[in-house]
Amino acid sequence: MSTPKAMQQSFALRFSSGAFLAFWCLLAAFPIFWIAVMSFKSPVDAFADSPWDVITGPATRAAGHGLSVIDIIAGLAVLYFAIRWAFTRLPGLVQQYCPPSLIVLGWVFGAVLYAVAFVLIFFGLLPLVLGALNSLLGPLGTPVLGLTTEHYVSVWAENEFYRNFLNSMLVTAGVVTISLTVGTLAGYGLARSGSDLAFWLLILALVFRALPHSVLVAGYLPVFINSSEILRPILGDGAPTLYGQPWAVIAALVAINQPFTIWMLRSFFQNIPAELDEAARVDGCSHFQAFRRVIMPVMWPGVITTGLFSFLLGYNDFLVTSLLLDAQNQTMVPAIAGYFNRETTTTDQVEAVAAAVSITAPLFLLVMVFQRQIVSGLTAGAVKG
Amino acid sequence: MKFKTFAAFVGPSVFMMILFIAAPLISVFIQSFQVTQPILQQVEVETCTPGFLTQTCTTEIKTVPILGEDGKTMTQTSWVGLQSYKNVLQMDKVWAAIGNGSWNEIMQIDFWKALRFTLSFTLLTLPLVVGVGLAIALAVNNAARAIRGPIIFISLLPFIITPVIGSLSIYWLFVGDGILTAMMERWTGTNISMFAQAWTIELLMYFYRVWHVAPFAFVIFYAGLQTVNMDTLESAVIDGASRWERLRHVIVPHLMPLIIFIALIHLMDCYRVFEEIVGFRSQAHVISLQWLTYDFMTPDDAGNRAISRASASAMLTMIGIVFLLILPLRRTWRDHKGSAH
Repeated sequence: MSTPKAMQQSFALRFSSGAFLAFWCLLAAFPIFWIAVMSFKSPVDAFADSPWDVITGPATRAAGHGLSVIDIIAGLAVLYFAIRWAFTRLPGLVQQYCPPSLIVLGWVFGAVLYAVAFVLIFFGLLPLVLGALNSLLGPLGTPVLGLTTEHYVSVWAENEFYRNFLNSMLVTAGVVTISLTVGTLAGYGLARSGSDLAFWLLILALVFRALPHSVLVAGYLPVFINSSEILRPILGDGAPTLYGQPWAVIAALVAINQPFTIWMLRSFFQNIPAELDEAARVDGCSHFQAFRRVIMPVMWPGVITTGLFSFLLGYNDFLVTSLLLDAQNQTMVPAIAGYFNRETTTTDQVEAVAAAVSITAPLFLLVMVFQRQIVSGLTAGAVKG
Repeated sequence: MKFKTFAAFVGPSVFMMILFIAAPLISVFIQSFQVTQPILQQVEVETCTPGFLTQTCTTEIKTVPILGEDGKTMTQTSWVGLQSYKNVLQMDKVWAAIGNGSWNEIMQIDFWKALRFTLSFTLLTLPLVVGVGLAIALAVNNAARAIRGPIIFISLLPFIITPVIGSLSIYWLFVGDGILTAMMERWTGTNISMFAQAWTIELLMYFYRVWHVAPFAFVIFYAGLQTVNMDTLESAVIDGASRWERLRHVIVPHLMPLIIFIALIHLMDCYRVFEEIVGFRSQAHVISLQWLTYDFMTPDDAGNRAISRASASAMLTMIGIVFLLILPLRRTWRDHKGSAH
């Protein structure tokens, strides 16, 4: 397809458009890239004056943590093949060995297995082999790039960040499952009912969507702290204190997330032709049967997209979890605030950076795998009305 | 769909929203007129210290909280009317400051400081986000097809990152010995500290928010650009419209609904600005309305939470939401009535 001559762009315009784009990409990636680099350096290097020192890390190298040219080449090669394999062969294997009814579980299992294998090979096997190679190769084997994982070790092992990670996973998994279950039903009902009531529910949801979360937490807090006294007349002596309970936070986050979820799922359901469930109804299905047998098999793209955004809400939340959970059930994002208070030495600062990168890494993977779904989710609400 | 089936489908969702959104709103409204305090009593305590010949005894009156049977402090809740609102707004000080004609004195009061920042943050970032988003969308639309995927991937990163972590990542670039501060110091030859005064922090916050939200605007505008009517564009070319005129008279009107959508979402989200304050640790210089409520709710050194003042400031925050939503809601209502007839 050739562009008409009048639509062709001058060189200056194409150049400035390309330059702007390059500048934007640099701007978008730089802060994230930079904290990732900092987290692998010793404190002296991480806060060095010259950017080149931060990247090459002379102090880290001097402390005996360095990579040789061979290490870098081998590491990149393994990384490349691991990613390629994950995108080309893994899906086939999952589909081959997993019964279709359990495909979601199969994917989770496959991903976990893959992650464990990757960690074992990359951090266990590779250093052993390369250590032997480096001592044999002489000049090629001398370290050129300072790199250390000690901050990650101290964050995850010594500071028990894995506890916060598990809490985050618990809260996020709870939020995603419950808000999708509740939201799909409501989204379907709202999409198929043209009544005034449905319209008012959606408007109400829009108003709720605008509420600052701190307003809601101001309502939860006194009730959650005193809940065992408030609930005692109903539940007897076993009435729980909701403050600090992960499942109470899950319920609160699900509700906060509901307005957004039902709007998004409704717009996805509206794209599924109503003739589909009408046909099922003619064949004698009730509304619920039609939903279960006809709609459920075709609704997964919309549900996965909405699930991604619920995941982001649960995972990224700071305000609700920091106020409603106590220290031992704390999730990752509020836990990083704990580093602020004792961030007195530069080592503490770099450990905080390592914790921040640990929080970002799963999100990075998420965009890599689900980029298409995220884009379609962003545009679903806007473009179709 | 019959009402009963409809109710069965939306029931669980509506139940959750009533229990966790509507009910807390009502309880916050009630709390804002109440104050819960420990019941205090005055007891006469006689303390004796051994002395020569006789003990030296002093009696003094102490105020101590009454303990209940379970050993906890007993509390009582009383109605105080608008007292909490007065504590938050501090109108007497405001009037005094207006009398002096002193803007700085008003800005000493937390609530007015927070309101000023929240409003200027919301209104200043809005045009920037729309403009930058549109510029990126046009540039990507101009780029070769093969590199569009990777560009979208990179652009999504600032949007997807946890807000607190995102603002921290910018904080670490500009902190005292951060790489960009060092670079600016080398250029200007002066000692720069970005986090010592309010206006530099505010600039960084504006930058962070545009960096964080522009990808969202970009993705939506980019999707919108794919549906621009090529015939209209071509006829505009035949009519001799320049590139700028085509952008102004064909593309922007086509994207207008999307611009309104983004503006609405952005106003809602910006009004809740909070994570930046945490990430930049700016509470000494810059605070927002939502942070004010959060701060009232976090336990102070004695472990008390100022729930009633938090409720009052939450209710005052809500007034802004009402103003924010009046216009779009009126519009939707008119559309709905229009489509019904």
